[in-house]
Amino acid sequence: MEFSNRYIVGFALALCLVCSLAVSTTAVALKDRQAANALLDMQTQILRVSGMIEADAKPTSEEANQMFSTIKVLKFSPETGEVLGDMPFDSKAIIKASKSAATAEPATSKAAKRARVSRIPKELMILEVTDPKHPCFVFLIWGNGLWSTMYGYIALEPDLETVKGIAFYEHGETAGLGGEIVNPTWVAQWPGKKVFDDSGKVILDVTKFGQVKDDSYQVDGISGATITSVAVGATMQAWFDDEAFGKFLKKEGE
Amino acid sequence: MQKESKDILFGPIHLKNPITLQVLGICSALAVTTQLEPALVMSAALTFVLVGSNVTVSLLRNKIPGSIRVITQLAIIASLVILADQIMKAFLFDVSKQLSVFVGLIITNCIVMGRAEAFAMANPPMKSALDGLGNSLGYSAILIIVGFFRELLGSGKLLGHVVMPTVNNGGWYNPNGLMVLSPGAFFIIGLIIWAQRSYSGELQEDEN
Repeated sequence: MEFSNRYIVGFALALCLVCSLAVSTTAVALKDRQAANALLDMQTQILRVSGMIEADAKPTSEEANQMFSTIKVLKFSPETGEVLGDMPFDSKAIIKASKSAATAEPATSKAAKRARVSRIPKELMILEVTDPKHPCFVFLIWGNGLWSTMYGYIALEPDLETVKGIAFYEHGETAGLGGEIVNPTWVAQWPGKKVFDDSGKVILDVTKFGQVKDDSYQVDGISGATITSVAVGATMQAWFDDEAFGKFLKKEGE
Repeated sequence: MQKESKDILFGPIHLKNPITLQVLGICSALAVTTQLEPALVMSAALTFVLVGSNVTVSLLRNKIPGSIRVITQLAIIASLVILADQIMKAFLFDVSKQLSVFVGLIITNCIVMGRAEAFAMANPPMKSALDGLGNSLGYSAILIIVGFFRELLGSGKLLGHVVMPTVNNGGWYNPNGLMVLSPGAFFIIGLIIWAQRSYSGELQEDEN
């Protein structure tokens, strides 16, 4: 069948319009539900890294909210090293703040350059778990892997120099290679690692696969995902540097 | 049911199976079958997309200009895939995280484009729907068989329930690590192809 050029252009436009309407309507209609799922997922990750629930537990939204009530959300200024009081739990706002020069300071550490963390927000969020059975501090961190920004949480013991747990809640690394940063077996290496050496330098790091020399502070990387692994290490160093959470760790950890 | 409809619907499960005979859709068949649950959800997602795209393309088959035929099919398929992805993120969040990119990759699944181009462009909607459903069933059957064996042999579980307690957890079963990795799926699919061809002699190629 022959069609005129006008028909072809018209058909293409109509098709695009119908398709985009269908897609955007669904996206808008399901947005709240998806956001609720994403929030619950993030809360679950935080509860897991802090040890309040087992690694494979799946709390309902109410359970998560209830457990979350024992968590104090502190507002922290990296510049002065002071805790400025409480703030609402909103990791998105912190991440957004890092994108504007008005609300964030340029990151200068070498590790931050490697993890491509360009700015550190002037106000950071620290979660203090006050549950007496699982006291710990949880920090929101992010850094660039091979393809994507990896967002996660790391929990430190109350001494603020020993890792309690780590979880990435969002990333776009290659499934099966870099994507293994969420694999429970890999994550299980982290608890107990030291963050600082005796002089107060951040030494927590991820090595290339099979190159761990001192397992008190080095985490073995993922085979086939060296760039992602090294970036995770650099992310930790960037965020525990004095220009980010460093001052809090040193002050409160004593 | 008429014989023709029956052929369209059930043919792709055995004699015209898209995975084991046409060897299409292998990428996702390897990637999402380490456990049974993602395999089931992936099958459902593909069924939704394939039936939807076949019916839509078939309804429009006399209106689609030949010169932009393939991109039209792709636009329809891509929209359906995004719908499936959005719905899964809203209602099956955990599984959608596990499937990650593979739902999006249904767009490039050759079965979907293949059926749209080869069947739906030339047949009425009802038949096309049956054809889409049949091919989805063929794809799903293989995914479910592969997922069943990989989860059972690879981690001693089925749908997350322990069937054979593993040595690590104080049981007796020593899990086969190969099954958790993609090559495990290759072996199982290979065995299925072998069994299928031995059973139905007409599938074997003539020897030179």
